[in-house]
Amino acid sequence: MEEKLTPEESAILEELRQSIRGDDSQRSRLIPILQKVQERLGYLPPEAVKMVADHLAVPLSEVYSVATFYNQFRFHPPGKYPIKVCMGTACHVRGGEIILENFERKLEIKEGETTEDREFSIERVACVGCCALAPVALVGETVHGHMAPSKVEGLFTRIQVQKEIEEKRRKKDGSE
Amino acid sequence: MDPNETPQCRRNLEALQAKAAEKRREKEAAPVPVIHIGSATCGIAAGALDTRQAFQEALAERGIEARIHTVGCVGHCYAEPVVIIDHPDSGFPPIFYHEVTPGKARMLVKLFLEQGDPRFEHIYGATIENDMIPWVQEFPRFSMEHRLVMDRCGRIDPEDIFEYLDDGGYAALAAALETEPSDIVAEIGAAGLRGRGGAGFPTAKKWSFAAATDGEKFVICNADEGDPGAYMDRTILESNPHQVLEGLAICAYAVGASRAMVYVRAEYPLAVRIVTRAIEQARSEGILGESVLGSGFRLDMEVFQGSGAFVCGEETALIRSMEGFRGMPVHRPPYPVEAGLFGRPTVINNVKTLASVPPILENGAEAYRSVGTADSPGTAIFSVVGDVVHPGLVEIPMGTTLRTLIYDVCGGIAKKKSFRAVQIGGPSGGCLPESFLDTPIDFDSLIEAGAMMGSGGMVVMSEDSCVVNVCRYFLEFTQKESCGRCTFCRIGTRHMLEILNRLTCGEAVEEDLERLENLAHDIREGSLCGLGKTAPNPVLTSLRYFREEYEAHVREGRCPGMMCRPLIAYYIELDKCARGCDACVGCCPTDAVFTTSTRKKGIDLELCVKCGECMVACPPEYDAVRKISPAHLAPVVERSPKRDKEAKDKA
Ligand SMILES: Cc1cc2nc3c(=O)[nH]c(=O)nc-3n(C[C@H](O)[C@H](O)[C@H](O)COP(=O)(O)O)c2cc1C
Ligand code: FES
Repeated sequence: MEEKLTPEESAILEELRQSIRGDDSQRSRLIPILQKVQERLGYLPPEAVKMVADHLAVPLSEVYSVATFYNQFRFHPPGKYPIKVCMGTACHVRGGEIILENFERKLEIKEGETTEDREFSIERVACVGCCALAPVALVGETVHGHMAPSKVEGLFTRIQVQKEIEEKRRKKDGSE
Repeated sequence: MDPNETPQCRRNLEALQAKAAEKRREKEAAPVPVIHIGSATCGIAAGALDTRQAFQEALAERGIEARIHTVGCVGHCYAEPVVIIDHPDSGFPPIFYHEVTPGKARMLVKLFLEQGDPRFEHIYGATIENDMIPWVQEFPRFSMEHRLVMDRCGRIDPEDIFEYLDDGGYAALAAALETEPSDIVAEIGAAGLRGRGGAGFPTAKKWSFAAATDGEKFVICNADEGDPGAYMDRTILESNPHQVLEGLAICAYAVGASRAMVYVRAEYPLAVRIVTRAIEQARSEGILGESVLGSGFRLDMEVFQGSGAFVCGEETALIRSMEGFRGMPVHRPPYPVEAGLFGRPTVINNVKTLASVPPILENGAEAYRSVGTADSPGTAIFSVVGDVVHPGLVEIPMGTTLRTLIYDVCGGIAKKKSFRAVQIGGPSGGCLPESFLDTPIDFDSLIEAGAMMGSGGMVVMSEDSCVVNVCRYFLEFTQKESCGRCTFCRIGTRHMLEILNRLTCGEAVEEDLERLENLAHDIREGSLCGLGKTAPNPVLTSLRYFREEYEAHVREGRCPGMMCRPLIAYYIELDKCARGCDACVGCCPTDAVFTTSTRKKGIDLELCVKCGECMVACPPEYDAVRKISPAHLAPVVERSPKRDKEAKDKA
């Protein structure tokens, strides 16, 4: 799957290009720079990887070889609501896998994928640090503890409601 | 060092302490109640931020003056969000409240802060001794802990360096700067401090190797914490970062390094933020930088964000990743203390090791040795999770038995179930049965038992958990995290995982167990780094202590813990099922539960994904849903073809 950069993404990339110019070009900066890029863009599009490779004068393949080694880096855009399901030990023992399956079934995508409308993505993470609440899932940065299949349904309803509220607010703001 | 220059550090520290005391007095000038809210990751996850907001709103609404004090984690994760209210005017001691939801917060503002009623039914305990409310120290969860490293966690605001200074922080560093580096190493040696990163290597030995080298050197705090079920290091960094920085600074001074790094995983955004801020504060107060506390000793410190690879916790892999390469371990020797980061001598210590340093220097080696055992002095910090009543972070003296930790400190097995196993040390550790519960927790006894201290993750499993399944989980993890450099680890773990997959699906054959064991031994012998060498540990120990469980999976297709989903089935006991109740039908995510001709319910085993939701939903007075293994023992209830079709179309 080859995604095109959205206009916003292209703008951010341009900004990044300017800002890393001032950055050190030592090899040891590779990972910090990739992190910086991903922090802004949410993922590492091919254009960005090429930019980093050029800046550090490291072959593109080498940058990919490093970036793909680490779990942190992703090469597809995350959804607007990134869902992370904890697969840490405590959550595993309490049925984290079942929660993951429920999200997958509901969104009809697999972990590591993003829905076509780029609204949702599913990822597995290891230990969010609140094992006492296992099993745990995150939507964005919000942690939801004691997950159960029925709570997965509830979460989507909540997101839907939230969206509608935002929509209304935006309309209101627009009309004012 | 110039003897005339030395008092400078102490003078500078005293000036900082005076400033800290002044800030405290300013804050305390208005005698208002103080609300301490635990806001580390665990607290936030449980809703601490909403709780804080509720407090703020309620205080504003009612026009009550009170100070909200953000603190780190107290370690009582089962009780989060935790709030301590100190309201001296009420005549009550500071009170510890647990599970403070926004609603509870509003109620406490109204009833306690406004009307003086502390609501006894919501109180967990008082934080000081008194004759009205039970003192928390009377509870085993508090009294059996021995907080040396985590003492200040949950007491101070991690984002305010002055609270740390006011609590006696950085005194050990100031004193150290007036001491010969070799004396510091000697003191750490006398204390017998062993590395808390897993292997228990004597810290003083590591430092003295590095101190003996010349030229540029580095010191690194290893906060990679790759164990997927442990979070002690993160909590310490989030709750009391300065103690770790102080330990790291002392380490740098003792070995003669002028650059220090904290390697924190990027998945810990809060820890990254707090540590970064702590370093900035320390720098702006002259505790780091050109001349540490005016001693003339120069130290720069920075944060490096790890990118989430378990193997990067291994020191040589960690170094590779900092240099901008794939984090693959390299052969040792040379050890990092000889040739580490950029080829320079590098000391790498775990967060807990470094956080132990200031208290050792402050109280002396003797005091440190008085806790713990002769060969493993000090305390051990575990994140105890799984089926215990009080999961969370605990710091206990080394030598405490597993039984005391699980049954007394953590309250025993949840839901009155019986104990099956305890897994210690995460993916590199082992699984121990009940007969080992009297094993003392220290580096050597655990290794003797087949487990290891490892990362400090501890998973307690009740009868409802499957040891084989948990081992498969750990192996899946190590297999995925294997860096692929050596064949044994890369291919061996894959074969092991395949066998374990077969076992948990009921497709294994008798010879598989032997094959599994042989593979495990070969991988242990043949792997290059600690990841591969220890990856078979969970399997090896469980094969030794829980062989009958493996055999049940192979011979009967039965999962004794009823956790391996391919081997279990759910069914509804018709005698118990109530006609009018639809709880299970409504909750099933796949429409597998159907209504029979008698209006009782049945489960369509073809559609059932075995999530267990119906079992939870079934009202306890009926308690009609059953779980059974092997799966074929479940009685079959026929679904009428018409309904069957409807449901399938829907699915
Ligand atoms: C696969 C593997 C993972 C490791 N993960 C960690 C870790 O997450 N944190 C840590 O402090 N040490 C980890 N270690 C141990 C480090 O290599 C090193 O021994 C330790 O950081 C030294 O610190 P210490 O002397 O304070 O224990 C790991 C080792 C291996 C083999
Ligand atoms: S294992 Fe999921 S939060 Fe720790």
